[in-house]
Amino acid sequence: MKTAMRDRDENNSTEAALELNAVSKTFTSGKRIIQALDGISARISLGCITGLIGSDGAGKTTLMRLAAGLLLTDSGQMKVLGRDVATEALAIQAMLGYMPQRFGLYEDLSVQENLDLYADLQGLPLAERPSRYAELMHMTGLATFTRRLAGQLSGGMKQKLGLACTLVRSPQLLLLDEPTVGVDPVSRRELWAIIERQVESTQMSVLLSTAYLDEAERCAEVLLLHEGKLLSQGPPAEFSNRLKGRTYSLSATGLTKRELQRRLSRAPGVLDALIQGEHVRLVMTNHEPPDVKHMLLGIEGVELSAVPPRFEDSFVEMLGINTPKYPVSDSHTSVKPITGGAAIEVQDLTRCFGKFVAVDSVSFNVGRGEVFGLLGANGAGKTTTFRMLCGLLPVSSGRASVAGVDLHQAAATARARIGYMSQRFSLYGQFSVIQNLRFFGSAYGLNGVHRQSRIDWALQEFGLASEVDSNSDALSLGYRQRLSMACALLHEPEILFLDEPTSGVDPLARREFWRRINTLAEQGVTVLVTTHFMEEAEYCDRLAIMAAGRILVLGSPAEIKTKAQTVSQPTPTLEDAFIRLIQPSTELQA
Amino acid sequence: MTRGGSTMRLRALVRKEFLQILRDPSSIAIAFVMPIVLLLLFGYGVSLDAKNVPVALVIDQPSADTASFSSAFYATDYFKPITLRNMQHAEIALLAGEVDGIVHLRADFGRDLRHAGGAPVQVIVNGVNANTGRLVLGYVNGVWSTWLQHQAEMRGGTLDVPVQVEQRVWFNSELRSRNFLVPGLIAIIMTLIGALLTALVVAREWERGTFEALMVTPVSITELMLGKMIPYFVLGTGSMLLSVVMALYLFDVPLRGSFWVLWLGSSLFLLVALGMGMLISTVTKNQFLAAQVAIIVTFLPAFLLSGFIFEIASMPTVVQIITHIIPARYFVALLQTLFLAGDVWSVILPNALALLLMAIVFFVLVWRKSRKRLE
Repeated sequence: MKTAMRDRDENNSTEAALELNAVSKTFTSGKRIIQALDGISARISLGCITGLIGSDGAGKTTLMRLAAGLLLTDSGQMKVLGRDVATEALAIQAMLGYMPQRFGLYEDLSVQENLDLYADLQGLPLAERPSRYAELMHMTGLATFTRRLAGQLSGGMKQKLGLACTLVRSPQLLLLDEPTVGVDPVSRRELWAIIERQVESTQMSVLLSTAYLDEAERCAEVLLLHEGKLLSQGPPAEFSNRLKGRTYSLSATGLTKRELQRRLSRAPGVLDALIQGEHVRLVMTNHEPPDVKHMLLGIEGVELSAVPPRFEDSFVEMLGINTPKYPVSDSHTSVKPITGGAAIEVQDLTRCFGKFVAVDSVSFNVGRGEVFGLLGANGAGKTTTFRMLCGLLPVSSGRASVAGVDLHQAAATARARIGYMSQRFSLYGQFSVIQNLRFFGSAYGLNGVHRQSRIDWALQEFGLASEVDSNSDALSLGYRQRLSMACALLHEPEILFLDEPTSGVDPLARREFWRRINTLAEQGVTVLVTTHFMEEAEYCDRLAIMAAGRILVLGSPAEIKTKAQTVSQPTPTLEDAFIRLIQPSTELQA
Repeated sequence: MTRGGSTMRLRALVRKEFLQILRDPSSIAIAFVMPIVLLLLFGYGVSLDAKNVPVALVIDQPSADTASFSSAFYATDYFKPITLRNMQHAEIALLAGEVDGIVHLRADFGRDLRHAGGAPVQVIVNGVNANTGRLVLGYVNGVWSTWLQHQAEMRGGTLDVPVQVEQRVWFNSELRSRNFLVPGLIAIIMTLIGALLTALVVAREWERGTFEALMVTPVSITELMLGKMIPYFVLGTGSMLLSVVMALYLFDVPLRGSFWVLWLGSSLFLLVALGMGMLISTVTKNQFLAAQVAIIVTFLPAFLLSGFIFEIASMPTVVQIITHIIPARYFVALLQTLFLAGDVWSVILPNALALLLMAIVFFVLVWRKSRKRLE
């Protein structure tokens, strides 16, 4: 399939969909120069899906925009379908379809009007339209919504409509910039199915960028980008094969999963130890099997089994973490002794915005020292629930108490006992690291010697000492995340609210982050976290999966997986479980 | 790209824009509600004529003469007098802002009147608002001389004044400030609609990422520009018509020039305003910033420096020079001439030419600034 070419035009026949030759691109923001792409050379094959994988700031979007002729390279050459982007941008644009990260749907136009607009702009002949429209609408499942305004579609439907508009005149090269970000797992699978079907039926070439590492495995080839550099290129199987025979799953009845993970991650020869439900997944630095007896001396009920390697394992290996850059110590906070009762109690919590019910009688309890996850797609009601529990948004009806304080009566009292870290890290960009820390310390009522000692603790603990005087918006994403968490922990809160704390950060930063969370939990801090990474849900003690303002299912990761077991799928992943639970009757034909 | 494809693309862009205008109440509000509100506000609320000015008449010793003098104040529309007996009371009223002026007739008014030296009348005017102050002073003089003439006629003679001023007011014979404000206001409204609306809608497309998707279609920059210009030109023409109809039938402003010249002149100005709006949004790419910049660089100068309210000739020379780069200046001149004087080509042609030049300059700038690139 890779060599399949469309040679309608003799002169136009090319061997690569995209060719990059030492391509570099820098941006300046204020005084800072950002090297978005640093001497990238690569070839992207025709007729298949190539994945562009990397964290935020890896250079994915820049590469896409260069290919679409929206940016010019600083140096190096870029050819799309055999033509030079620098000189033939218009001709190239006529051959490609490009879906930017937030696709440019006109929200006040209907589905049909959006399609018509793009059909006109792409010059699709009128005669071909009825059949093409029917095909696209059938494919995307939007056929019954053609008259609905695009702004009133769900996130997943918007992405599908965006894709339909891009595909309205079948392009030779399709550029998709993070098409699955913030989309629920069901829509994600459907998007993939649509793209795969297009490639099969029209031999279209696709370049798709994503931050979800599990999506890499669905691509024919993968370019792995990190901070503007190409780490590696090849079929995904090649990536994981490097680690064949080095990945294991381990469980022990004698230890909590967090304790188990901590011990294992310090053991010699272990590259990566990750909680996965009740198990810990191990990646070894070499082919020698883990010396379990030695690692877990005197622990009962140890079970070890080999598991197949994943794409992420090789990413982690490539980024090189033999030891974490900033070791996470065991002394985070000095939380007061735990008193009885649940940390968070929620009963029939409801929030309406006008007629729209964002959160619909949600009930759950979170025990002290528990890590509780709220999962769901964008718009499922996670953030609204969160804001109510933090006392930032009044409750429409129902009851909620946080740290034993009823939010109806004393939201402010409750707020003093919680720490909050939001998606966008809410830091003051013009302030330096130390100024941010001082400000948040004072905002939480710390002063004098106590404040200074907490700031010293934060600088040391989060490895921020070297960046003390840098403005926080000049920091890298990983550092900003650390600073944001440090600010949330200054006043030693009993409960920590984390709203999509790891979106966009690389797998290493994510691991470091979760190590901290685990340490906190072990010390009795209650953690409530939202995420749309199914992978992260595995780290939680219990989780609630939300959809359309309601809790679909609540339980430990293992319990949720058990609920979704079928004969054909005896060991479903959390994502499989989510999909099955959200549409119990229909079998998915992805 | 074929010519047929180009027409199809342009038609699609224009249709899209109209659908958005129809569904977005804010553009309709800016185009049609704002002119109505502004015209009503300025047409009825702002008047540069002083009418019913409260004045205090202080009469130390009432007599037939003072009664006849003060009745002259009561008889005119310009004043709303109150009669006081005590100068102190009048001063308090002036301080409190209850009256804008004091006319003081001394106790010996009646006697002095018949003497050769004449009777002095003390007039005190609140000069805080210089404009009203001057008007009050002028009106008091007017009332005073009319009364004197009246007195002379009653005595069977004529007032012996060596120079007689025969006043004729041209173009706005009733001296209604509304006649001069309303045409100028139309220029302000057009500036807002042309510049603010386009600046906002183009910046909105940048913000929502819709331009990024459009740019990778075979659409050209010219098509994108025309796709924005045509709908807002139509919308602007609509609000221009609305304003003209309101001016003629609600405010009874005469239109002495021809309708077609008015239409052509307005179209020219609309092009300039649209060009400014496009330029602003192309540079800022952000709705909030675009709105701020549009108000500061188009609306405010048009308001202050176009001669719409404030006479350009009485500004300092430096400011007068600056007014030449304000497009609204030429349009205000055009409108005031067309409404009040007629098709005076010696005024119309240079102003129209200035607008044409400005339109060309803005479009060249916009065209050079917009590329099918993101940087």
